[in-house]
Amino acid sequence: MLQVISLLVENKPGALMRITGLLSARGYNIESLTVARTLDPTLSRMSIVVDIEPQLRAQVIKQMNKLVNVLQASDLTEAAAVRREMVLLRVRPTLNSRPNILKEAEIFGARVVDSSTEGFALEVTGDPEKLDVFIDLMRSYGEIEVTRSGTVVVALEAKKLRLSPPVPKTTISGDANEKRETRNENTIHG
Amino acid sequence: MSTTTSAHRASGAPEAKLMSGAQILLECLVRENVDCIFGYPGGVTLPLYDAFYDHPIRHVLVRHEQNAAFAAEGFARSTGRVGVCCATSGPGATNLVTGLVDSMMDSIPVVALTGQVSTKLIGSDAFQEADTFGITRSCTKHNFLVKTVAELPQAIHEAFYIASSGRPGPVLVDIPKDVFQAQAHYTPVSSIHLPGYKVYTEGHTGQIRRAGQMIWDAQRPMVYAGGGIIAANASAELLELVELLDAPTVNTLMGLGALPAEHRNFISMPGMHGSYAANMGMSNTDLLIALGVRFDDRVTGRLAAFAPHAKVIHVDIDPAEIGKNRVADLPIVGDVKRVLQKLNKVVRELAPTNQKRNAAAREAWWTQIRDWQAEHPLVPEVSTTEIKPQHVMREIDRLSGGQAIVSSDVGQHQMWAAQFIRFNEPRLWLNSGGLGSMGFGLPAAIGAQFARPDKLVFAIVGDGGFQMSIPELATIANHGLPIKIVVVNNGYLGMVRQWQELFYNNRLSQVELNTFPDAEKLAGAYGFKGRTVEDPLQLVAALDEAIRENGPYLLNVRVSPFENVYPMVPAGGAINEMVLGPPQPVEA
Repeated sequence: MLQVISLLVENKPGALMRITGLLSARGYNIESLTVARTLDPTLSRMSIVVDIEPQLRAQVIKQMNKLVNVLQASDLTEAAAVRREMVLLRVRPTLNSRPNILKEAEIFGARVVDSSTEGFALEVTGDPEKLDVFIDLMRSYGEIEVTRSGTVVVALEAKKLRLSPPVPKTTISGDANEKRETRNENTIHG
Repeated sequence: MSTTTSAHRASGAPEAKLMSGAQILLECLVRENVDCIFGYPGGVTLPLYDAFYDHPIRHVLVRHEQNAAFAAEGFARSTGRVGVCCATSGPGATNLVTGLVDSMMDSIPVVALTGQVSTKLIGSDAFQEADTFGITRSCTKHNFLVKTVAELPQAIHEAFYIASSGRPGPVLVDIPKDVFQAQAHYTPVSSIHLPGYKVYTEGHTGQIRRAGQMIWDAQRPMVYAGGGIIAANASAELLELVELLDAPTVNTLMGLGALPAEHRNFISMPGMHGSYAANMGMSNTDLLIALGVRFDDRVTGRLAAFAPHAKVIHVDIDPAEIGKNRVADLPIVGDVKRVLQKLNKVVRELAPTNQKRNAAAREAWWTQIRDWQAEHPLVPEVSTTEIKPQHVMREIDRLSGGQAIVSSDVGQHQMWAAQFIRFNEPRLWLNSGGLGSMGFGLPAAIGAQFARPDKLVFAIVGDGGFQMSIPELATIANHGLPIKIVVVNNGYLGMVRQWQELFYNNRLSQVELNTFPDAEKLAGAYGFKGRTVEDPLQLVAALDEAIRENGPYLLNVRVSPFENVYPMVPAGGAINEMVLGPPQPVEA
């Protein structure tokens, strides 16, 4: 099963490389990855969809949390969370199927962002499974070109940003409730 | 949560001085109490080396950058201070990589400084350009590419803080030539800002209390202590716990010296070449108290069969080590020193009500352990016709008395040294445990001798690893370092030969090292003394001569070529399934 990981990271050169490097070093293929800065411009939010064996998931999350640039990595695979992806799609239908495409687009909540004799450009967001269906449907009308944004995810539990790493629910370790200290600002002597 | 680097200036600082980036770097190193750097200059580090020219920090010129990294490790391993190495861009930086991975694997605090081509040339395939930042991403705890001189002080102090705190490790700072040259007003950095860096030290109080109870509930407890004890300077706390419980204790390869080897509770090293008693103890204990260890495959053997009867208390500063290989029944994330201080208090409090409960069972456990020790003790092989490598270790042990620094290379001699040389203090035993880097022993000894000039330092190396680090004889000669280099010379890559003999039908492929330089001439060429010894009756005299010599000494010991390391747990075996010795000839 695909795993969805949400990370809060420092918006610094190399931060992305450290995270993807951690996955590639273990031979994991990233299915999708999105990253953009947060309200705080010094931080970025990253959503990664990746296939990791269940017994190794907690380990990978812990390793991510160890990275100096990572403020928080959480496994949202089984958490209450909303996942969305955006698709930009061009379809070249025959002239008489154009009205049908507009109907389908309406059903899926897609917007027409360009219309020409060549066909339509459509924009649609939704959960990735729904988008798969939409893409299949469009393919039945003719040649299509698709760009997917990759999944973005937000947890539904209203919890504040924790600077210490969350222990994923799947771990066996009993230190989940441990009160943890974090040292962020440190004084240098000398 | 601002990340501006200029936000934390010391108030009331004197007027900022105009300095070059190179001078600022050295000033930051002084503030980090660096007094010794191992390095090798090059094109882009010219401005830095110009600053070294009249600077009080000692720069030791090694003969290969890899050895700068190993020497920095030797410095760090023998003191606990951050070791510093320095190399130029491109090949200089790539030559550091093995040493960086080595310190990563063994959690050794090292800061590596590398030069980079000027910022405007980065990415242009300039002369001696390499993507050092990218190359070293996976072999450092963290790394920095400093693009402006304004960021430099912050990066240097963050590098030292990251390297030395939490689970220690190597940090690399890549500095372009124009950053060394740029002039800037330097004001000292008073604090650092690492919002994503997490260090857990205290340990969960409730967990520690539960651990105390588990410890008294156990009938056959065993302490399994590793390199984390040494990294945390927690030997005193370990000793206290061991004596409170009177528990048998094993030290891993990385942990030798954590508990004094001569302590009555010390049951040697466990694992692939561990003692019978240590491995049988691990296999039969009902409570494994794992302190600063990572359940390495060389310790556990087949994981599914490891310590099958044991509950596990696992104390480690790195949350990712908990449950990585073996599920911990009771995990405690924290600095093992702080955790042990608290745990010892709890154990002491619980003692009056619990001490007697399992006393008889623990008595029987000790009897069992002593029986195992008597059944198959670790005894060095000695012969009167040829020098056995184990015999060499016994004699070095006698000369050391558990007090000398022993820097080992990798292979059979490393295992024999670990088995037969006593270490009564931490930071005496230096070896490449995790990565197993041949060529480590000699340069690490150099680092250690610079760090602890008063100590007797042995470099125990094989004839293979010695020839990988042979250029450093020049460094040793240069500084007259009184290192005693003992080449345990069997004419083979012994450990690989052992495996070929045991598992590849004795087809000895590319393991014979049939050329070795004349030790006397080799050392003589560098201006110090050397000698070859092959007669077991002369071994003691030869070692004595080496020790008496004021300067360096190269002792090439011709040992029996086909000696194997035993006990041995074959790869994939359970650690109680040891091969205890060579097959005995069947008597008619």
